[in-house]
Amino acid sequence: MDFSLTEEQQMLVESVSRFIDNDYDFEQRQKYAASDAGFSREMWQTFAELGWTAVPFGETDGGLGGGPVELMLMMQEFGRGLVVEPFLPNIVLAGGVLRRLATAEQKNRWLQPIMTGELQAALAFAEPQGRFNPADISTTARRNGAGFVLDGRKNLVLNSGNAAVIIVPARTSGEQKDRSGITLFAVDSESGGLTRNAYKTVDGHQAGELILQDVNVTSESVLGKIGNGFETLQTVIDEATLAVCAEAVGIMRTMQDKTVEYAKNRVQFGVPIGTFQALQHRLVDTLVACEQTYSLLLWTAMVCDSDLTAAGKAISALKYQVGTAALHVAREAVQLHGGMGVTWELDIAHYFKRMAAIELLFGNADYHLERYVSLS
Amino acid sequence: MNVKLSADELAFRDQVRQFFALKYPAEIRYKTDNGIELERDDHVRWQKILYAQGWAAINWPVEYGGTGWSAVQKYIFANEIADANAPDMVPFGVKMVAPVIYTFGNDAQKRRFLPDILQSNVWWCQGYSEPGAGSDLASVKTRAERIGDHYVVNGTKTWTTLGHMADWIFCLVRTSSDVARRQEGISFLLIDMSTPGVSVKPIITIEGEREVNEVHFENVRVPLENLVGETGKGWTYGKVLLQHERTNLAGTARSNFRMRRLKAKTRQVVHGGEPLMNDRNFARKFAATEIELKALEYTDLRTLAAVATGKAPGPESSILKIRGTEVSQAIDALYMEAAGYYALPWIPSQYAVDFPLDDRIGLGSETRTSLRYFNGRKASIYGGSNEIQKNIISKHVLGL
Repeated sequence: MDFSLTEEQQMLVESVSRFIDNDYDFEQRQKYAASDAGFSREMWQTFAELGWTAVPFGETDGGLGGGPVELMLMMQEFGRGLVVEPFLPNIVLAGGVLRRLATAEQKNRWLQPIMTGELQAALAFAEPQGRFNPADISTTARRNGAGFVLDGRKNLVLNSGNAAVIIVPARTSGEQKDRSGITLFAVDSESGGLTRNAYKTVDGHQAGELILQDVNVTSESVLGKIGNGFETLQTVIDEATLAVCAEAVGIMRTMQDKTVEYAKNRVQFGVPIGTFQALQHRLVDTLVACEQTYSLLLWTAMVCDSDLTAAGKAISALKYQVGTAALHVAREAVQLHGGMGVTWELDIAHYFKRMAAIELLFGNADYHLERYVSLS
Repeated sequence: MNVKLSADELAFRDQVRQFFALKYPAEIRYKTDNGIELERDDHVRWQKILYAQGWAAINWPVEYGGTGWSAVQKYIFANEIADANAPDMVPFGVKMVAPVIYTFGNDAQKRRFLPDILQSNVWWCQGYSEPGAGSDLASVKTRAERIGDHYVVNGTKTWTTLGHMADWIFCLVRTSSDVARRQEGISFLLIDMSTPGVSVKPIITIEGEREVNEVHFENVRVPLENLVGETGKGWTYGKVLLQHERTNLAGTARSNFRMRRLKAKTRQVVHGGEPLMNDRNFARKFAATEIELKALEYTDLRTLAAVATGKAPGPESSILKIRGTEVSQAIDALYMEAAGYYALPWIPSQYAVDFPLDDRIGLGSETRTSLRYFNGRKASIYGGSNEIQKNIISKHVLGL
């Protein structure tokens, strides 16, 4: 049992952390978030040049061979900086599927340009009727000669407006909620019959509602085995859940630190508000919540590192903790900032919105407590 | 980062596990497994077995009889002793007064007191709180006046856990009231409880049992040599003592054991009914507590790991105290809920050692769960109430 980081991990953290401190300020971030793409292509290129977009990929694919621990370390820093660049949709979600299922040819076509930052990608992990259940898939893929025809609807497809390729899970057999019979397709986003309905999300990211009507795809677009895509889909969603939880921890700790600082400086009734015991005890409660959530993050990352496919229960525990304790820290941070906490001007408001979005991503606290119970 | 135990750590775990399997007396295990209170003799017998193995004082420096174990080894030991359902060392000697003696005491005091603590020859209790000094501990009024070669002690200490079993008491006493800060007039004094003028009166607590006491001092003559360290420094020593208890402060090993037991119990079918764990509401409450406990276990481990690299435990340990007691109380409540109607019968007589288990009303020691639940409310009050812990964190960690 060991909590220490390797030298490489230490270097990775320092590199991302330095970048967030020196080259990624809040004003800039607000500009990137307000743009149509919802991020800065220049920044994204810098991420690629620094090697960050290659971290989770195998060395044979030209990656750095990082695992859940590296992912956790990076995402905490991204959370701290409130980074809007599409690391999650490109690298964790689409990249996560491709590195596990793609053939050498498919990797050349999609994975390599994702790693170099040239290609934008997305994974359509949800459908409107399925709420948080990734197996609830009514999108169909009918055989048509050598290829397939896709029909259906996907909601909250992160980065879909920017993506050139979108990975679409569709049903090639089975009933609506069956885990078998799901096949993953890499679909060109310019395909006929595909409407993306791009929009911006409340937390400044880009997403879209995907409508597929008679979308023709070739057999080369099939990722992995026909009817066998769910296991990978679930693993990738689990990894992405770990990623957003780590991001949430970065956000949570930043909000806590900023709120403690604010309480020391904000003067009311002639004294700093941090001298009031009512507020002191609340800030201690949020500190405890921070420490507890961070502890659970470390445990979960280590469990994932041992065997990601057996880590579902730990990941659900963590997501529940984030959806309760970390969200509590965020709400308290807004409250203790008073009126300033609900202004667009202050970063606290934007940290809070990202935290609220993360609470929903890949299933809220209730969903994950239920999943934890089912896996117990 | 790695969650798994190394080969050496696994071998150590097996060694500890085997020790408990072979050496933990069946008569004592029968009591702890069936909700029967341990006698003083049970504690002493078991502690002497731990001493013989060299495991009575795992946190002490090696020169005084400690183990020199790593943080992970201490964590493993805490888990194994909990899983064996064996009692921990009664803390007042080995975990509370001894660190003050070996840190601030003189050589004569170390020679005189430490071996008897290590060998469980002398039973200690704690004399901190007073009727007028609870959370505001610095307002202690028990006076120790120097008269010739003795202190003469007058006053009352309270909440003295297991004081009725104790031979000696360590006290915070006021040696001077002529000081700038109240804290500066307090000294750390060791008192033999057989000295004339010492009397112990029971306080019956909420569940109806005797665990704590009031200890009265009336013109008690205490030799000057029983003062630890310098006069007026008792407050500082006492604080060190409070922070010193690092391992197992959060009680996660015991809590894990209780959760596993409760899980097994609530999965059983009783009288042809439905297992309680099939009730989604109960299962979700149980799960939420389990998750909080897992987080706490890793907060505890992080603290241990930091201490192992030479950092002081510091005020962060207050977090463990707050969360540890809250989780423990949540588990008490789960047990209470699981017992249902059987939480209500109050039948102390059926927990006598010779009472046949099959004749008990309730399943196993169910009817004792409510006593534990009521008694357990003390946890967020003792050792500096959780509100006091929050004041400490606010001041020393957050800087507010």
